[in-house]
Amino acid sequence: MLVVHPERCTACRLCELACTFHQDGVFHPLKARLTVGIFPEDDVFVPIICEQCEVAACQEACPSGAITRNLETGALEVNTSRCVGCRMCVMACPFGTMVHVDVDGKMQKCDLCKGDPQCVAVCPWGALEYVEPNDAALARRREVARRLAGVLKGVRV
Amino acid sequence: MYGWTGRMLRVDLTAGTATAEELCPHDLHVFVGARGLGSKLLYDAGAYDVDPFAPENPLIFATGPLTGTYAPSAGRYNVLCRSPLTGAIAASNSGGYWAPELKFAGFDLIYVTGKAAAPVYLWVHDGKAEIRPADGLWGKTVSETEYAVRARTHPEAKVACIGPAGERLVRIACVVNDRSRAAGRSGVGAVMGSKNLKAIAVRGTGPVRVADKEAFKAARKRAMEKILTHPVTSAGLPAYGTAVLVNVINAHGAFPTRNFQTGVFPEADRISGETLAKEYLVRKKACFACSMACGRPTAIPSGPYRGAGEGPEYEAAWALGADCGVSDLAAVTHANWQCNEMGIDPISYGATLACAMELYQRGYLSKEQAGRELRWGDGHLLVEGVRLTAFREGIGNLLAEGSYRMASEFGHPELAMTAKKQEYPAYEPRAVQGIGLSYATSNRGGCHVRGYTIAPEVLGIPEKLDPLVADNKAFWVKTFQDATALVDSSGLCLFVTFAIGVPEIADLLAAATGEAYTAESGLLAGERVWNLERMFNLKAGFTRADDTLAPRLLSEPMPEGPARGQVSRIDLMLPEYYRLRGWDEEGRPTEATLARLGLRW
Ligand code: SF4
Ligand code: SF4
Ligand code: SF4
Repeated sequence: MLVVHPERCTACRLCELACTFHQDGVFHPLKARLTVGIFPEDDVFVPIICEQCEVAACQEACPSGAITRNLETGALEVNTSRCVGCRMCVMACPFGTMVHVDVDGKMQKCDLCKGDPQCVAVCPWGALEYVEPNDAALARRREVARRLAGVLKGVRV
Repeated sequence: MYGWTGRMLRVDLTAGTATAEELCPHDLHVFVGARGLGSKLLYDAGAYDVDPFAPENPLIFATGPLTGTYAPSAGRYNVLCRSPLTGAIAASNSGGYWAPELKFAGFDLIYVTGKAAAPVYLWVHDGKAEIRPADGLWGKTVSETEYAVRARTHPEAKVACIGPAGERLVRIACVVNDRSRAAGRSGVGAVMGSKNLKAIAVRGTGPVRVADKEAFKAARKRAMEKILTHPVTSAGLPAYGTAVLVNVINAHGAFPTRNFQTGVFPEADRISGETLAKEYLVRKKACFACSMACGRPTAIPSGPYRGAGEGPEYEAAWALGADCGVSDLAAVTHANWQCNEMGIDPISYGATLACAMELYQRGYLSKEQAGRELRWGDGHLLVEGVRLTAFREGIGNLLAEGSYRMASEFGHPELAMTAKKQEYPAYEPRAVQGIGLSYATSNRGGCHVRGYTIAPEVLGIPEKLDPLVADNKAFWVKTFQDATALVDSSGLCLFVTFAIGVPEIADLLAAATGEAYTAESGLLAGERVWNLERMFNLKAGFTRADDTLAPRLLSEPMPEGPARGQVSRIDLMLPEYYRLRGWDEEGRPTEATLARLGLRW
């Protein structure tokens, strides 16, 4: 799965570009399967990705059963022959990571590039990482623990 | 069309019209885009004959064919017009996110003429545009304008605008986009102000296409392998920003200090990128599609200069620092934020203030005339002066004219450190011979980003040259000028050329556009652009006599440091430069040269 380290992100948006170039053959940030939230007022940058949720709202919402899990990568994928373009998944996804691709009027989402995520490959700063789901969960717990430890010690991290 | 969108937006502010037009495919191919294409349009419009502040002076915002793609650091555009500072051609380059947004909106460039009856802003979205009243925006700072315009248009709109300086026709005013990315030099912001145009907001939801996907991927990969391993582009710039140069240049005795009275600033380290990273740097920040992230969001937590903003980068740290004798990094940083907010070029501002300080030092400008003391190293004056200049108050009204006009008013134009009336940047021509020739021959006046020979002369990229030697520098200056014209026309950031050269850029251009760019034809395109700019200036009345430097640099030996005793040897280098360029002794392109480049008077 993908893991984000927002503190490493520089807001270059290369990930958005690489995503659509790989998936759709054009540079089209609006249709990228991930988006870098850029808040220039505070210089905070947060890439928002598909979490490939265990119980996925998009999948639950889909009336035609078009969203299925690729067991090899763990990604939820859109079966375009089944997708009717009703956009229920767009409304359901809490992260807003479903996109509507103009070419065929079907929905698209992050499929982890079938296990070779291009956003990760292009990111110059390691702000996006591709890891085993269990490792990711562990890493995240450790990260939280590290922050807590910092707070407990009264130092800034 | 691939790479290019093939369309431009023509705006006539007098008539209140904005219409989409097709661009000529041949012009796109041979002038590439951005700086090159904009120069072609300016030349064809006869802008060399118009008053810079006349409604007829075109103000062009031009992207390149790589802008909006993931080519290395390909997020740039140029603002072009006839400059109110120099009278020469102006082409100022900026990054951020504005330029790719224009491509996503379906335009390669925006061509603005005329003058609105009252302040307006332009709202460009997906192939359409509206001219809207800028009620309540006039007088606002850059960030205030950006937020207000976004609130009136779209939350995702990208905004390029002027601050109070551009509104008041300050000749060193810039156009600022994304709050702190500026088309900084030659007073392009004042031309925008003269048109009563406060801002251009852009929102685009379309794609940018390239001709050959696999070839483009491969070309990028080859370029990135170099960029991600070169020490300057992979480590130096990200860690310390461009101000990593402060100590390096100072060690060469080439760090102009107190209006170029010397090349050594003993307190240089206090205003260096290393110190900035330690003291005030919040994080590193990138422009669109850039892996180098030299942007410097900074914050000062307490004291008289507290606040937050971006910068300074190298040139600003020097102009606001050493050139004014200021070593208080907090004052320099805060003055830089003020320049961003007021929409003022920090190089020309710092250099003009430095010139005023020297006029004062020598008694040519009295306390009564200045309305205050002008002492070297006065951080408060440095900070306050930015606002005074933007609003043309007190001493600011003098500074607003740039150093050449100001120094002339007090009878001492020789103390203006300018070429073609534009202030030099942060390298001493007596200590680095090639850069002096580069300043003297730059088509937009004193400037380091037209032929950055600091790379070979100081940094040893691509090979090390002796900075104190004048021999053969004409060749390097010409080559760098032509290559840079190609870079600026393609939409890339110049900094990628620390690691990659014309062959990599030509590959990217060919794959993106589907046109047959090669290393040879790419460099030739750069040379074509250079000559066209030269023709513009010749028609604007410039002559060989304008290809020179301030008298101090030609006759007063450097007083100290590694370049002690040196003067600039323009006299030796210029004739060789003209010969290599295929120009006659008066610096005019010969018929044979024009024919070779496919240009006509
Ligand atoms: S699209 Fe949204 S709901 Fe569906 S798996 Fe991804 S994040 Fe979860
Ligand atoms: S893994 Fe692939 S599809 Fe998913 S966001 Fe990254 S580049 Fe896009
Ligand atoms: S490529 Fe990496 S650094 Fe750049 S915006 Fe995406 S996550 Fe951030």
